Amino acid sequence: MVDAKVIISNNIRRLRFFAGEMTQQELADKTGVTRQTIVAIENGKYFPSLELAFRLAHTFNVQLSEVFAYYPENDPVHKKLKDKLTKKGKQ
Amino acid sequence: MGQQEKQSIVSIIGSVLVIGFYSLYVYRNYIQADMGLLNDFQFWGKSFLYLIPVAIVVQIVIQILFAIGNRIITQEDISDITDERDKLIELKSIRISHWIFTAGFMLAMGSLAMGMKPYVMFLTLISSGFVASLASEVAKIIYYRRGA
Repeated sequence: MVDAKVIISNNIRRLRFFAGEMTQQELADKTGVTRQTIVAIENGKYFPSLELAFRLAHTFNVQLSEVFAYYPENDPVHKKLKDKLTKKGKQ
Repeated sequence: MGQQEKQSIVSIIGSVLVIGFYSLYVYRNYIQADMGLLNDFQFWGKSFLYLIPVAIVVQIVIQILFAIGNRIITQEDISDITDERDKLIELKSIRISHWIFTAGFMLAMGSLAMGMKPYVMFLTLISSGFVASLASEVAKIIYYRRGA
């Protein structure tokens, strides 16, 4: 079960483990970023650009959806838009 | 503490040293001898023009010394990679320093508008530049700790 505050989660730690316990530095070198950026992404403190997200997925040879997961029910913007559309539908 | 945070701290120390020693040098060698210089536009023009290259050279020297010291202590080279997060943090911190300098500029112009002496305007400009540069580095440290 994911925390209600989490909008986007990632599986990078698990994917690193299944990639022969790849280190954060190795992943950083393979994706062209610093180790600190990998740490920030893993901890959910930084959301990468689409380009870097695809590069991460490509490094692990998996689909993007296996690296990142989106929880619309936790996204306030999504909720707001949904409410707006529901109101419009009723009118 | 990450490498970027250390570099920001070194940069803050460098800025404080430059502005501190430069102000002391200018005060002791020029202003103390002739207080009338405070309202001399040419004096302020020269002071600003000399401060900029001095600050740049001192910052470069301090960063080189830091890189050497860091290499000796941690056995790690300073990464030359600047990734998207670094660029984002740089942009955010520049925005903060820009707003602070703009506020300082407005204050400086306000001092002229209120009929204060020209040296108040120049001191406000230098101070706002200094505070803006410090704020930029402090913002970087905070953003690096927060993630971005």
